[in-house]
Amino acid sequence: MSDERLVNPELTACEVHGMSRASFLLRGAMATGAVYGVAAVGPYVSSALAQSSSGGTGSNSAARMNASDAEILNFALTLEYLESDFYNVKAKQVGLSGQAKSYAKLFGEEESQHVEALTAAIKQLGGKPVAKPTFVFPANNEQTFLALASVLENTGVGAYNGAAPSLHSKQVLAEAGEIVQIEARHAAAIELLLGHTPTPNGGFDVPLTKAQVLAKAGPLIKA
Amino acid sequence: MPRDTEMQRSEFRQTEGPARRPVEEQSPRSMGIVERLTRDDSDRKRFLKVVGGTGAASFGAFVLAACGSGSTSSTATKAAASGVTTTSANTGDVAILNYALTLEYLETEFYAEVIAAKLFSGKVGALVKSFGVQEAAHVVAIKGAVEKLGGTPVVKPEGKFPITSANQVAQLAYTVENLGAAAYLGQAANIQSPEVLASALAIHSVEARHAASFGTLVKKPITPDGAFAKPADMTTVLAAVKPFLA
Repeated sequence: MSDERLVNPELTACEVHGMSRASFLLRGAMATGAVYGVAAVGPYVSSALAQSSSGGTGSNSAARMNASDAEILNFALTLEYLESDFYNVKAKQVGLSGQAKSYAKLFGEEESQHVEALTAAIKQLGGKPVAKPTFVFPANNEQTFLALASVLENTGVGAYNGAAPSLHSKQVLAEAGEIVQIEARHAAAIELLLGHTPTPNGGFDVPLTKAQVLAKAGPLIKA
Repeated sequence: MPRDTEMQRSEFRQTEGPARRPVEEQSPRSMGIVERLTRDDSDRKRFLKVVGGTGAASFGAFVLAACGSGSTSSTATKAAASGVTTTSANTGDVAILNYALTLEYLETEFYAEVIAAKLFSGKVGALVKSFGVQEAAHVVAIKGAVEKLGGTPVVKPEGKFPITSANQVAQLAYTVENLGAAAYLGQAANIQSPEVLASALAIHSVEARHAASFGTLVKKPITPDGAFAKPADMTTVLAAVKPFLA
């Protein structure tokens, strides 16, 4: 594949073997990326995506990047609403004691702060924060509560780690990093309380795709 | 199932006594490490050479493999490294990775010394051993990532850690791991390559898990910075680890 650049926007609409030219060049960029490295083709890929999605030039690409970041943060906000509800509301319904009770109180406060921060960040990006969903948590005693807590926290770590490299804004990335670290700390503490290893993924936490996150969290979202 | 709300005290062997290693005066050699980390790799070419398409594709696969498991493929590293040289985008990432590598080398040495001191047993001992294994895996992954980018991995620094008792070591581990987590967080926004960023994030959260674990051990906060972890910049971190450089 040659390293030609898309210099003629009017060629966007041209068909090449049943594919639009933008898609054709995007595939070329992907192949080029495999050879030259993602860093070399990064901006070009974004530009090609901008071309193929709306046919426009880069003039509103900043808005597009913000919208993309806001979408990712809204996904995170849904998870934070979930965790906040879990620790602040469900925990009281289950009735916890000792360390489990103090963790739920502390983590609940922290997840609430995450909800606030993400809501503000989404607004700042010009996005609309999702409404708080209704959740259903299958846990009726301390043991099952803690087991579910470990699933939620570990899923949260994987979700942030999976989504963060797609963020355009470095500032938003930094904020996401500040939050994911807390989720990892929560996860470790819960695991230890359960008598499990605090590092269930070993030395490298596994980034999760949106689908993988939804497989864990989806069933808990009632509406 | 019994729940460990706190680590069993009997798993600490309280061997109070003289420090195993006196804390020495800082040698000029440590200044070299700091400088080595921050200088540009200017003797490298600033454009990529393509060698049969084995360059960045296998690097991406390597880094992602390192994210997903503890094992890495050194043969893939060597094969790919032969044809890839640094770009201007890479040099920044190489510097950050080498900075991380220095910290990981120090953490690995710390755990090796702690394990050799036989201060912990039972569940805590197993935990400390597992963390040591993980830090060693971080060294391998980051070293490989530097080489894949066409950089030169920083030389393993000589470390020295005061080791007097189980409790003192656990406190020190809490400090070191918190610092490590803050260091990675401090660099996240500076990383250019998405693959390197993915790797850094995969490690960052594990360091946080380590820190929280020692927090439970020494009864210090799981989240010492509250709901939002605080990043630490390179200058701050390197100053903080200076006492541990031999």
